Amino acid sequence: MVLMTNRVLVAEDLYLLRDGLVHLLQAHGFTVVAAVESGPELLKGLVELRPDVSIVDVRLPPTFTDEGLQAALAAREKVPGLPILVLSQHVEQLYARELLADGSGAIGYLLKDRVFNAEQFVDAVRRVAEGGTVMDPEVIAKLLASNARHEPLAALTPREREVLEAMAEGRSNAAISQRLYLSESAVAKHTAGIFAKLGLAPSDDDNRRVLAVLAYLNSR
Amino acid sequence: MLRKFGHVLALLGLVALELVALVSSTLTLLLAFALGMVFLFPPQVRMIRWVTGAARTLVRSSTGMEIEPPYHPPPPPPQPQADGLYRSHRTLYKTPRIPAWNDRWKWMIADPATWRDGLWLLLDPLVKVMLVPLFVLLPSRGLRVYAVWCELLLAATASSRLAGQVNHLSRVRNLAVDSQAAEMRRIERDLHDGAQARLVALGMTLGAAEQLLESDPKAARALMAKAREASAETLTELRRVIRGIHPPVLAERGLGDAVRALAMDSPLRVAVDVDLPHRPEAPVEAAAYFAVSELLANAARHGAAESVMVDISGHGHNLRITVTDDGWGGADPAKGSGLSGIERRLAAFDGVMAINSPPGGPTTVTMELPRVLPEYWAGDLPKLPRWKAAIVVFLWWTAWCPLFPQGLVAGIFKIFDVEEKAWFLALYLPEPWQWPCIAFMIALGTAMYVLAVAIPAMHNRERWMREATPKRPWCS
Repeated sequence: MVLMTNRVLVAEDLYLLRDGLVHLLQAHGFTVVAAVESGPELLKGLVELRPDVSIVDVRLPPTFTDEGLQAALAAREKVPGLPILVLSQHVEQLYARELLADGSGAIGYLLKDRVFNAEQFVDAVRRVAEGGTVMDPEVIAKLLASNARHEPLAALTPREREVLEAMAEGRSNAAISQRLYLSESAVAKHTAGIFAKLGLAPSDDDNRRVLAVLAYLNSR
Repeated sequence: MLRKFGHVLALLGLVALELVALVSSTLTLLLAFALGMVFLFPPQVRMIRWVTGAARTLVRSSTGMEIEPPYHPPPPPPQPQADGLYRSHRTLYKTPRIPAWNDRWKWMIADPATWRDGLWLLLDPLVKVMLVPLFVLLPSRGLRVYAVWCELLLAATASSRLAGQVNHLSRVRNLAVDSQAAEMRRIERDLHDGAQARLVALGMTLGAAEQLLESDPKAARALMAKAREASAETLTELRRVIRGIHPPVLAERGLGDAVRALAMDSPLRVAVDVDLPHRPEAPVEAAAYFAVSELLANAARHGAAESVMVDISGHGHNLRITVTDDGWGGADPAKGSGLSGIERRLAAFDGVMAINSPPGGPTTVTMELPRVLPEYWAGDLPKLPRWKAAIVVFLWWTAWCPLFPQGLVAGIFKIFDVEEKAWFLALYLPEPWQWPCIAFMIALGTAMYVLAVAIPAMHNRERWMREATPKRPWCS
């Protein structure tokens, strides 16, 4: 399913990158409703325009700290489930957990490098717009690495860990089977195994599935 | 009580030593300055310092009053020049003996504390003799008075404290400059071997793609894809370097969240407890962050620890960090360069580190950075207690009454024989009592004013001393 007229808001303080993002999104059929460059503008835009999806840089003027992240969190408090894709030069588990904390999905957190691969990036934007959860592979890797020693993740087989990683990136069973060169039924078997080992009831919903996994990782 | 008398006896016993010292130093002073036997001067100064040191110790053990030695720090040993000779002024020496002696001589003769010690030695026997009645009747009060006398001449002055601090600061500055230079070299190496090399490769790949664009578009496309990958790798590399210079979370969120982020990335189970109402200054945050980071890495690498507790809290102006792990223990700063690196980093802030790591664990590392937290939340400038403040206010309000109307004005009335008695108490008394009463009133009023000034001043003395020396010397 491809939504043709997604209304997008872009928040980025570097002109070149902002312009590049706007062009990229327009080329892929999005409508850019606003391109802002500071924290207060961003919060106003998010709450008033309620874009279908917003792409937000963490570090924004005026303080150049985590202005964008704070604005995103504040906006999602006012408008629960507002789809936001957060971009950053570095990824932190701390920020990922804060973004995931409300559990309402439609959230993404990616390294800025991912913009290099336009197809994958636009795909991620679409998944967030549709209410999915997209975490940067580096966040997932860190989450898994720091949880590796703790029960019951240690009980997962290497294959199951791969599937879990792919799942946490917001991929469906079909996409996972393509990526890992497995049959779809094998993926289904692995996911069932993961859920059993983690003590989670399996669900049909892709999004709820990811959230369940991340909520589990979160609640360590 | 008996103890007090014991202290008194010890103090009086010291008089014998003092008299010996007094006689011998008078002699040596004469010999040194009248006959030029200057070599006698340093041992004599040493002897006097030994006697005053004994007096300080006695005062401390009898009254608990700490008298800080006021001496300037001793000169560093002379360093040879490039040609192996030692320079003292415009003369060169083959051995360090004479330059060292010259330095010592200057150090002793230029220190005002030497002369204050001499004055103390001269007067102390007299003071003790005068205090004997008090020592016998009220030994504890007598010891207190004696301690005040000793403090007058033997304690540190603001200038001697400053001299000590200057000495300490120049040592710390050298350390800080050294560690900063090492840090710069490390960053330079990281950039040179990492990002820079990758960018060169990237440029070459792009150049090759440009050449192939016409003749072999397919190969050019493959090269471009490779260049894109290379740029992503360069970014990863740069991120790593940036993390080593100043971690982004630290800049964005401050020490607490940065340490929490560190804890999340650690393979260990890390519990973080941060109790800081405000953010310390950036250099302090960075030093604390890297110290915790190094300790966590150590715990994971060497100690085979499973869980770690990090506790960061403010104690007045001091920042205290405690890191406890359940590893094997046996950590020793002499062995690992990591721990001594932390010590060097903390030294720039006068910070100290204490390691308790018995073999078999657990390891507890406590770091304390004194006076690094901003002034406004400590609120510890010693305040006048309320009752004292009330007394001061009462004195200022009422002291005029005995001094002026009841004292001076009544006296003037009496001198000029004014008939009017008004409300001047003294004039209602029988004639022989009138002048004593007026004198008493004047004395009472004056004493009240003196007290009103003296109470806050005595209270602020320690504060003045502290304010005479800089608080956070590394900030301008």
